[in-house]
Amino acid sequence: MKLSEIKEILKATVVVGEEKLDISIKAGAGSDLMSDLLRGQTEEVVLLSGLNTLQVIRTAVIAGVSAVVLVRDKTPDQAMIDQAREHGMPLLTTPFTMFTACGRLFRQGLRGVERKARQ
Amino acid sequence: MPYLKKNFGIVPLDFVKAGEISIQVHGLLKTIGFEAALIRRVSVCAYESEMNVVMHGGDGTLSLSVDSDSIVLEVRDEGPGIENIDLALKEGYSTATEEIREMGFGAGMGLPNIQKNADAFEIHSEKGRGTHLKMSFNVKSRRE
Repeated sequence: MKLSEIKEILKATVVVGEEKLDISIKAGAGSDLMSDLLRGQTEEVVLLSGLNTLQVIRTAVIAGVSAVVLVRDKTPDQAMIDQAREHGMPLLTTPFTMFTACGRLFRQGLRGVERKARQ
Repeated sequence: MPYLKKNFGIVPLDFVKAGEISIQVHGLLKTIGFEAALIRRVSVCAYESEMNVVMHGGDGTLSLSVDSDSIVLEVRDEGPGIENIDLALKEGYSTATEEIREMGFGAGMGLPNIQKNADAFEIHSEKGRGTHLKMSFNVKSRRE
């Protein structure tokens, strides 16, 4: 799925990375627990988070995720925006809650980062 | 002979700066041109250990040394030390404060995750005397 499709599905606003909407996203992760992101599979992953701190961007860079979406209209502060821009990390915001945002993406075919699917 | 050696000072309890050093380590390894999976493993270990020092207090240092065979990270701090290392290495065991948890850390996954990502891992700690972590990564043979 393209990041541009994720933007549409989540009715999201692009804060950083308008030029990167063409990148491909293979899976999604929804977490406020940064430790969890540092453990799992994160390549070509979009991270949905309700946490709007600098640590989210730093964790995303280190974990190697491809884009960050803040849920429930959380507003990133300037430091967070600067950090995202510096590292070329697309940063979007969506009005949906974490549950709804994940559900909308899942319904459109995006899956989680589990290694073994439990269908 | 290391072809890169760099030392960084970690400021305890500075949650705004927390993670900056690991971001620099990530950037340096990327510039050298290591493969993405190796960079991720080293950076995750740097980040987890940097956060540990920031969270638990006490001045600390992180040193990165790179040679043709290995990447070595050493993190030392003058923090409170770890009373029971076996317990600290268990997933889910944490002594973190509420403030740390609000930032998405302190779930008791740090040290276990370091152990998982490093090819070799040593920890020395004594209550009241700080902690010393040494993490090594093989450059040539991939573990996974």
